[in-house]
Amino acid sequence: MKHQMKISCQTAALSELRVFLKKTLGELRLSDVDQLQLILAVEEVCANLIIHSHKCNALDYIQLDIKQNPGKLIFEITDEGKAFNMLDYEVPDLNKVKGDKRKGGLGIILVKKIMDEIEFDSTRGTNTCRLIKWFQS
Amino acid sequence: MLTIETQEENGHTILRLTGEVDASNSVILDEAITKVVADGSSSILVDGAGLEYISSAGLGVFMSYLEDFQEKEIDLKIYSLSERVYEVFKILGLDQLMHIYPNKKTALES
Repeated sequence: MKHQMKISCQTAALSELRVFLKKTLGELRLSDVDQLQLILAVEEVCANLIIHSHKCNALDYIQLDIKQNPGKLIFEITDEGKAFNMLDYEVPDLNKVKGDKRKGGLGIILVKKIMDEIEFDSTRGTNTCRLIKWFQS
Repeated sequence: MLTIETQEENGHTILRLTGEVDASNSVILDEAITKVVADGSSSILVDGAGLEYISSAGLGVFMSYLEDFQEKEIDLKIYSLSERVYEVFKILGLDQLMHIYPNKKTALES
């Protein structure tokens, strides 16, 4: 299985992304709960890039590639915006988020909890974030 | 697409969410909560039966009110979430910070 999508850097594109992910993941035998969590994790990474790295510039694009290897699903998200390595991001304590009354900071916690492996590299202006989920095939 | 219907019922304000909450529309949820608080509600019930999806943008809206609501003694309860949406609250541990109930009856009785 190999699927691709080019996503315009605007938040309105997120619903289109979910439709694509739902259709693609629908080919696999995933539970409703697992399917929604994978959609959520991929969307969180894309939403972060759209808002923070590309400042919602609809002329910029993010590339999503989904590959199925034996025992794992790989979501590869590529862009050429400001590099953001979520592996360097220290996940905030939930009570601190509550105390600070802030709305952000939860997305990366979700991605780290849902995915089994996260890889990031940035080479010559191209950033690649790989989200990997293991499953029993 | 997200729609929010507001209804007054026996001293409670019910916010009925239908559709999906993401970074493109979480501001609608934020504004709806701000409005019911400005209108003087001290008991907000969120009916999540029609909520098909919520991302961190929507969860963050709820989180941002928790501290204030605790100080001002405003009740915020969520009920009738589908299993898959409830699981998202659980991944973050929000089920420990927020009052979430299986249905409206249990929300009203607690």
